[in-house]
Amino acid sequence: MANLLLEWIIKTIVILFILVTAVAYVTLMERKVMSWIQMRVGPNRVGPWGLLQPLADGLKMIFKEDIVPLQASRWLYILAPALSLIPALMTFIVIPYGSEIDLFGHRVELHVTRMNVGLLYILALTSVGVYGIVLAGWSSNNKYSLMGGLRSSAQMISYELALGLSIVSVLLYTGSLDLVDIVDKQSGWPGHMGWNIFRFPLMFVFIIFYIASLAETNRTPFDLPEADSELVAGYHTEYSSMSFVMFQMAEYLNLITASSIATTLFFGGWNGPFVGSAKWLGPIYFTVKVLALIFVAMWIRYTVPRFRYDQLMRFGWKVLLPASIVNIIISATVILFLR
Amino acid sequence: MQAEKVLFIIFAVIALASALNILLQRSPLYGALSLIGTLLALSALYMTVRAQFIAAVQIVVYAGAIMVLFVFVIMLLNVPKDQPQIEKQKGLRYLAVPFAGLLIAEMFFVLRPIRLSTLPPIPAGNAEQAVGTTWSIGTALFTDYLLPFEVTSVLILMAVVGAMVLARREGD
Repeated sequence: MANLLLEWIIKTIVILFILVTAVAYVTLMERKVMSWIQMRVGPNRVGPWGLLQPLADGLKMIFKEDIVPLQASRWLYILAPALSLIPALMTFIVIPYGSEIDLFGHRVELHVTRMNVGLLYILALTSVGVYGIVLAGWSSNNKYSLMGGLRSSAQMISYELALGLSIVSVLLYTGSLDLVDIVDKQSGWPGHMGWNIFRFPLMFVFIIFYIASLAETNRTPFDLPEADSELVAGYHTEYSSMSFVMFQMAEYLNLITASSIATTLFFGGWNGPFVGSAKWLGPIYFTVKVLALIFVAMWIRYTVPRFRYDQLMRFGWKVLLPASIVNIIISATVILFLR
Repeated sequence: MQAEKVLFIIFAVIALASALNILLQRSPLYGALSLIGTLLALSALYMTVRAQFIAAVQIVVYAGAIMVLFVFVIMLLNVPKDQPQIEKQKGLRYLAVPFAGLLIAEMFFVLRPIRLSTLPPIPAGNAEQAVGTTWSIGTALFTDYLLPFEVTSVLILMAVVGAMVLARREGD
């Protein structure tokens, strides 16, 4: 029992460390990808190839003054960034990033924990994560922030339905809510390549899932909560210094988590060629797939313009939701008659 | 076993404290936040009695969807702080105590047989099908309780249609 507890603590700390570093470098990646797409050079002054840029940004932010507006609800204003950061960090404990390896003569499973409601746990955390944004908008006592918070809550509720229903099709195929099981079920077919994305209706389900998860993570074209052309900066208009950084971190963490979940559900998680004989390839495949999906999200961000608010709502309720319900029916029919 | 009991006590205290805070708060938003606290603590309590599915659904449905709507409406209407009103009938205040006592007595009477029971042991080798998992709840819902389940969904559909009829203005 004590051994297990120690293992959990070590794994959690390692994951936390990796995630925080990854967030810093995903911001650099974002700026580099943005500048390639816009035919610019991007950050290249701090360190070789701009590699120390996140450090410089962090240092700059720490030395800024943390301002609380006069009429703000003080406690909620301070609490809100933490409320959006913590759920984003908690999601990662159920995602498997490899099978198991022998480390110092001790067998280590490469996931922090597994629970038989793993997928519901992730859905629960994403739905709770909206409170950080909503409360930031309300407590700032600023009309632009309030508008951002309101938009965010409406958007989250609309797209969460499509997200949850698109996951149901995946569950119909795998028959388990445990993410470790879901990855194991995708390991068949030549050389660990039986990914869900190659199965008939699931490739269409992935499109719905990916659009809905872009909306859940507030990425362009769905970044209505912080639409800078109309709302200054949306829900974090009043924030500065490290509390602003916490919102940014939460946003990029959500991007990483959404890509990891997409990898786990549709792209076979850590599965790939030769992973059966060389187990250490698992985490590498996982990282490569997640990075590829993050790149696609950035590509979309700098290519597609932002939706108008009524378009966003109409698209969510009249296109995505019916499409995901139709997909459940098709998946169920296919499973019933072909298996 | 002991650890579960300690966790149960901690989360029960959190649930009760935030439930009390709902009554004491004058600001509607803080009241809604306290309600979210209660719901989260209840979910943790479900976890300690190994009802994992209910625990997760409690957060997804109540804390994640319904309470977001509550907060949305409070923010949209910008509901002001509740002002203490002058009581019209002071006598009613003194009726509260005996009625609360009666309610507590009834609760003790109903819950007395449950007080001594313990958790069912985990069936060996078949944790997937233990009570409280998705498997067992799904199986129960779609076999033994299929009719009540479907009737409930019709009830919810009626509520949705009713809400749409009421929300529609004349002449639309």
